[in-house]
Amino acid sequence: MDNPETHARATCIAITGSGGSGAVTTGLILLAAVARAGHYGLLTRSAGPQIRGGESAAMVRFGPRRVECMGDRFDILVGLDWSNVDRFVDELPLDARSLILTDAKGEPVPEVLTRSGAAVRQLPLKEIADGVADGRLNMVALGTLGALAGLPLSALEHGARTTIGTKGGNLLQGALQCIGAGYRLTLDGADAAGDAPISLASAERWNISGNEAAGLGALRGGVRFVAAYPITPASEMLEWLAPHLELVGGSLLQAEDELASVNMIIGASFGGVPSLTATSGPGLSLMMEGLGLAVASETPVVVANVQRGGPSTGIPTKSEQSDLNIALYGLHGDAPHLVLAALSIPDCALTFQWAVRLAEHLQATAIVLSDQLLGQSRAIVDPPAQFRGALERWVEHKPADDYRRYAVTADGISPMTLPGTPAGMYTADGLEHGPKGTPSSMARDHQAQLAKRLRKLRDFDYGPQWGEVRGTGPNCLLTWGSAAGAVFEAAERLTGAGIPTRAVALRLIAPLPQRDLAQALDGVSTILVVEQNQGGQLFHYLHAEQALPPWARSLARPGPLPLKPGEIVQACSEVD
Amino acid sequence: MAAVPETVLSPTLRAKDYKSAVSPVWCPGCGDFAVLSAVTKALAYLKLPKEEVAIVSGIGCSSRLPAYIDGYGFHGVHGRALPLASGLKAARPGLTVLVAGGDGDGFSIGGNHFLHACRRNMDLTYIVMDNEVYGMTKGQASPTTQPDWERSKLTPHGTGIRRFQPPAIALAAGASFIARGFAGDPNGLTKLLVDAIQHPGFAFLHVLSPCQTFRPEQKEWKHLVHPCRLGPTDNPAQAAHLMQMDDGMALGTLYAQQLPVWQPANHATASPADFDQEFRI
Repeated sequence: MDNPETHARATCIAITGSGGSGAVTTGLILLAAVARAGHYGLLTRSAGPQIRGGESAAMVRFGPRRVECMGDRFDILVGLDWSNVDRFVDELPLDARSLILTDAKGEPVPEVLTRSGAAVRQLPLKEIADGVADGRLNMVALGTLGALAGLPLSALEHGARTTIGTKGGNLLQGALQCIGAGYRLTLDGADAAGDAPISLASAERWNISGNEAAGLGALRGGVRFVAAYPITPASEMLEWLAPHLELVGGSLLQAEDELASVNMIIGASFGGVPSLTATSGPGLSLMMEGLGLAVASETPVVVANVQRGGPSTGIPTKSEQSDLNIALYGLHGDAPHLVLAALSIPDCALTFQWAVRLAEHLQATAIVLSDQLLGQSRAIVDPPAQFRGALERWVEHKPADDYRRYAVTADGISPMTLPGTPAGMYTADGLEHGPKGTPSSMARDHQAQLAKRLRKLRDFDYGPQWGEVRGTGPNCLLTWGSAAGAVFEAAERLTGAGIPTRAVALRLIAPLPQRDLAQALDGVSTILVVEQNQGGQLFHYLHAEQALPPWARSLARPGPLPLKPGEIVQACSEVD
Repeated sequence: MAAVPETVLSPTLRAKDYKSAVSPVWCPGCGDFAVLSAVTKALAYLKLPKEEVAIVSGIGCSSRLPAYIDGYGFHGVHGRALPLASGLKAARPGLTVLVAGGDGDGFSIGGNHFLHACRRNMDLTYIVMDNEVYGMTKGQASPTTQPDWERSKLTPHGTGIRRFQPPAIALAAGASFIARGFAGDPNGLTKLLVDAIQHPGFAFLHVLSPCQTFRPEQKEWKHLVHPCRLGPTDNPAQAAHLMQMDDGMALGTLYAQQLPVWQPANHATASPADFDQEFRI
């Protein structure tokens, strides 16, 4: 078990400002700087509803160990200005140990922030910026912030070069001057860490967002066709995929709506090309009829659902884990399918790659749940893991005379011919059908095909990717998806505090890996099921599957505030 | 459509060879039988290998057509045949992809896809068998039904709304080939199908296909249809004028134009492993 104290060394910084103040750019440079300084890091962001501009906040947490969630509180809050900051107050917990950094001549720090007891430091940020050609206040603040956080000046400069170095004009030059001036502001000219060589981590590190990792995982899994309709917060996954698909010989088709996109990928996959669509809750709702067709016709498809606050339009720019129910139960009829959830930003790559291979091999529909927190956040991480298994679609190239597309086999998987294959012609159908694909309303065909479609998913050996288990204590935190980050840290803290706690996070949710989960829960005396939704959707699902003892408890809290390790620790003590 | 290589031609294939062993569910006298027959004749005329043909449909009487053809087929959900076919064609450009369905499937539940398939102009042939009624659900008004048709219990006073004008809407949406055929004119229909399949781009073939069961009065269509007097044209303004004058019974190619066809290149120059570099610090 890792030393729980080391998380105390992770620093939490928030930068907030109105549209155009550069809060997010500052955060991106800071993230690149902490990476340069050899740290791990996480950047989450929060934005208002404006189409362009509007207030936003960037939150960065970094430290020498993996950072998998935001901390409970912020060490430093930088207010580039205080416009509409009240909209973010709930997301910016401060306390008496926090520091608020702002411009000396700006508006006074709002009382909603100072009532935390945080110290306030007002510095001549604007005055310095005004004295530099192409100078910007946010870059002065970044320099000061970097010095206070103990980052080397050279790392901040590197961060600026890699983040805004490609932008035109003297922007970079102005930024570098401002960063330097801001850096010296608090330290009277001394470099906090000196200009000595930076302790760059020897191992390879990546700077990646969840939506990018999901796209990369999809391509690694073999996806070569994507059809999709734009939707927040899934669009960046599509925007990353469009040019990269072209490079690998695939294509992305922007559909007229989600009804079209799901049917387009069914068509492409029927043609033999592994296919995916990406959407968010409202789009997933629209796709449900199409997914039933994919299940009935046994056409492999993968649907990425980057969840946001729901129901209805909900909170498009903020995160929630409230689409588990629709992912599990949204299809009409008896329609077995796969439901998976990515457990972290880098895990989006592994989970999507694995999901594509599973869908292909099992000729199945896979719904993969990510969310705004994973999708739109960036992290400094170890290189994402790859799925190394060989799971191929059973493509029949030389069908026999008695070829039957939906042959009832022992493992439920049937041979599939692709258009262009002589003597393999068949009509895929959403109508119930017999083994040859011919429509049939006979009871025996319905029962045989239903049983085969269930069997192929239920009896498959999914291997160790089903989930992540950390720790061995008798207390258990059980979770899924993006909540895993906060759960892992909470389990560490509890263990460090003398309450040995294990964390279990499900990557495969349906079909439920009953045997593996039972093993993971072996010997536990408390269970708290943690998820970011109101209804306890995983909790109820696990009970329905008889996978939980009656004394298991639920911590289900809706978004959009991300789950914090501290509140999970708190909930555990209430349980005990 | 690209010429079929000689090496894959099956010179012995005749129209009946394209028929599958599955028996149609259609009522006796249904116009869709003639459409099925015309499709097999057109495929035989074009000497298309059976395995290189895919027929995609939605839901409705006419959407049962794919299972009756000995080719690859997809009988999908109501209204979504065009997107499914578009995905297939994008992924497998070498296939000849036909899309078949009815007026409810194509113009009501699938109306949005019809518009966007027209403007996307992929190399697809879309055959709509229009009988101005929902037959499979036992006789309700469709978008092409006359507003004063009172024989459905669902709309006992008629729909009271103007009819959908398929060729005019296809033209406005950017279709590059628009023609009308009649189930009672099998030879003319076969020729139109051949032209539609050979047209590079989205070809919309509107087929008047009478419903004997719920619209017996459509038996009169054989006296009402007539050759298109003005067409065909490649001029959209002329076509628009023609369609304004259209009584809905004009047969033949109404409009044909060469427009850019949307089709992704599907040409690989990199592998996913090459992208790791983007993220390395």
